[in-house]
Amino acid sequence: MSTPANAGQSSAGWTVHAKRVLIAWLVLSAIATPLVWFVLGPHLPPGKGSVQADGQVFDNTVLTAFVTPIISLLLVFFVYALIQFRADSSTDLADGPPMRNDNTVQTTWVAVTSVAVLFLAGFGTYELLKDGSGGGQGPNPIAKVSGNNLQVQVIGQQWEFTYRYPSYGGLETSQLELPANTTVVLHVTSLDATHSFWARQLGVKADANPGVDNVVYVQTKGSMAFDIHCAELCGLWHGYMFDTGHVVPASEFATWIKQQQQIFASVAKYVPPYATTYYPDPQRRAG
Amino acid sequence: MSTAAVEVRPPVWRRLVGFNLLTGIILGVVGWYAGWYLAHAISAASLDFFADIDYNELSIVLAYLFGVIGFLVGLGFLNYPIARLRGYPPSLREKETGGIGRYFGLCTDHKVVGIQYLIGIGVFVFIGGVNAMLIRAELLSPTRELFPAGTYLTIVGIHGTMMMGMMTSGILGPFGNYLVPLMIGARRMAFPRVEALTFWLLMAGGVILETTIFFGGFPTGWTGYAPLNIQANAGMVCYILFFALVGISMCLLGLNMIVTILTMRAPGLTWTRLPIFVWGVLSTSTLMVLAAPVLIATLLMALLDRTAQTSFFIPSQGGSSYLYENLFWFFGHPEVYVLALPGFGIVLELLPVFARKPLWGYRLAVAGMMGVALLSFFVWQHHLFVSGMNADLRPFYILSTELISIPTGFTFLCGMMTIWRGRIRYTVPMLFCLAWFFNFLIGGLTGVFLSDAPSDVTTHGSFFSMAHFHYTIMGGLVFTFFAGLYYWVPKMTGFMLNERLGKIHFWSMFVFFNLTFFPLFIAGFFGQPRRVVTYPKNLQFLNDWVSVCAFVLGASMLVFVFNFVKSMLFDRVPAPANPWGSKSIEFQLPSPVPVHDFDRIPVFSGDPYGYGEGPTPLVVPAGAPAGRD
Repeated sequence: MSTPANAGQSSAGWTVHAKRVLIAWLVLSAIATPLVWFVLGPHLPPGKGSVQADGQVFDNTVLTAFVTPIISLLLVFFVYALIQFRADSSTDLADGPPMRNDNTVQTTWVAVTSVAVLFLAGFGTYELLKDGSGGGQGPNPIAKVSGNNLQVQVIGQQWEFTYRYPSYGGLETSQLELPANTTVVLHVTSLDATHSFWARQLGVKADANPGVDNVVYVQTKGSMAFDIHCAELCGLWHGYMFDTGHVVPASEFATWIKQQQQIFASVAKYVPPYATTYYPDPQRRAG
Repeated sequence: MSTAAVEVRPPVWRRLVGFNLLTGIILGVVGWYAGWYLAHAISAASLDFFADIDYNELSIVLAYLFGVIGFLVGLGFLNYPIARLRGYPPSLREKETGGIGRYFGLCTDHKVVGIQYLIGIGVFVFIGGVNAMLIRAELLSPTRELFPAGTYLTIVGIHGTMMMGMMTSGILGPFGNYLVPLMIGARRMAFPRVEALTFWLLMAGGVILETTIFFGGFPTGWTGYAPLNIQANAGMVCYILFFALVGISMCLLGLNMIVTILTMRAPGLTWTRLPIFVWGVLSTSTLMVLAAPVLIATLLMALLDRTAQTSFFIPSQGGSSYLYENLFWFFGHPEVYVLALPGFGIVLELLPVFARKPLWGYRLAVAGMMGVALLSFFVWQHHLFVSGMNADLRPFYILSTELISIPTGFTFLCGMMTIWRGRIRYTVPMLFCLAWFFNFLIGGLTGVFLSDAPSDVTTHGSFFSMAHFHYTIMGGLVFTFFAGLYYWVPKMTGFMLNERLGKIHFWSMFVFFNLTFFPLFIAGFFGQPRRVVTYPKNLQFLNDWVSVCAFVLGASMLVFVFNFVKSMLFDRVPAPANPWGSKSIEFQLPSPVPVHDFDRIPVFSGDPYGYGEGPTPLVVPAGAPAGRD
């Protein structure tokens, strides 16, 4: 059915416009949303390095699939409206219909957006409280993961991260190695400025604040390498504050940690006695 | 201007003597040195401490404070208070008539201040844009360094700080000052001298921020996090003073706007007849007045930490870096809505004109803007989801942040329903407004990823969040700024802008804006943190692509500058009174608007959106006689 460009003028047939937009939107969404979910979704970050990273991939997939129909609606609306409702020429000053309001449209819009927003907030809260999602939770975490724990302290300083394993005699290294299939509790702190410890494929990000113990729970899975970056501007060499960490099988981890302890033995005698705990001693407070 | 008038005018050198920009600069420099020497007299001991760099921190602070005071004195801001002390009668106006000289000094004509803002902010934003080009040039290669790392961070910091600081007044400054009195039927702002003060404070601030390069720059970016800002070298003081001056300017500007809108509306201009742009200004001003003082106080504390050995933000001495983060973002999040809301106002103001339909859902649009303004004070900790701050309130901040989508959605609905079945004319201002919908949609929906704490762990502090706020600020604010500019500049200057060049500007800007910033979401997803001087090698293609597109985006701005200069200085095509067929009151006045705005104070009998509702006059031209104020 062909419609003249100024069809918006005629009072009859506006429901036709609305129906067309609605149908085009439903069709587009019905095609695009599964594509986003099944095709794009598995490729969304941060990867599958840990239970928490899995959770983030799921969240990112849900959110991307959620916004797809919204983007579709606006694209369809604007493509249709901008073509259908254009004036005859740039000097054409004839007026459109004087519509000022429509209670049904308003109420529907407010109701739909409110429900959508409440769903998002509920979903985000549920996912957050499940396992902390790999984010820094401060000294008193609201989402704890119990189980076979390995405590590792991550110490940010200008401009590198070092890692202390208190259960292995306060061993401190400049490499991060974690055993597979273990619940790791990272205690992120800083010696100087604010850093942010970002282990991307592990789905971990936590700010390192001087004197604060920022706790992250992460449940590792199989062996893998992961990128470490500082994600908070911390001064001159912030851009070079990156490294690679590894998740390795438990047996390999045991070998590695023995090796490190031998290397560390030569300096251990210079390290002050409180090295098995944290330095600087994190204060059990924040904010 | 007749030749006879020129002959009786004094020679040029005589006209340069007086309270104007030249005197301001001279007294500013004098004040700068006075402060410098005074500070050395107070704490000369610091000189030994910093022996290798022969300055002490206090000297820089006092130098700039005295410099700003000298600058304002030279511009003539003390003349009126002193005159009042000496018993002269009160007056509201200063230097409102006269030629080009009005633009180089304290002038209380809101139209002059508007144009001062347009040019002044334009210059500094241009500098900020050049910094963006330098950033992208550095990021062309992950290994070859164009700048030393410290210089790079300073460039990043100046870019961010300049843009965030200057563009807070990017729409309220030029268009707010120029148009709000016209739109509400007043002949001036409520506090005309304060209005001029806000502009000159901003200019002084801009210069101070640029001079950071003489003191080693600053490494903190626009957020200036503690304790890095305490540790940083003296260039940090320039950041602190710049942002504090911006804060003072914002606060006064907002206060002035609120009082003007509350008290100076012409007869008949009820709240439901107010142009929606004025509502946008009102909501923004509310944020400015309430948020800016927090910024000023925070920066003062940081300044004291640096100069007076306090330790508000130094954790090792009992302070807290979280205190800074909380205070900064309590200002910082309303601040980003200060950047967004005027854009909402401009879009909703222009759509009815170019769709030839009344603004749909006026009350909903007002509720939307006011709702965003209110909610923006309750969301600041979403910047701190992984900060290690007490996590108990995290669900609350997820909820409050996502609630903002509801009033923002009102703006979308009102805009979309306004063009629905309209008769759309694709003029340059309209194109910029329509681009806003696309950009702000992307910006808003990517914000959902950042507002949700679990997915924020992926995206926080990465190029994803950087791309997100460029979509909302550049895509939201700068696009609507240009919409307003193409729409109102013919009214402000009396000359049309070239339509063809305007369309070239729009299309190159819109296309390359998206080609520049959309890939940055992907860079963030692939793990590129913000503000880095290098990045993983596998991201080089993505970064090179972005850099090249950014250069074209920068070039599109030059098209605009070329158009502006050509149209205003060379072509000078006179603008008709109402080039767009608008029903708004400013377009019922001659172009450019005469000094006293209205011969008679108008009386309003409706809102300016009565398209298709017959020839009901907006203004009944029989108000109070002229000269009322």
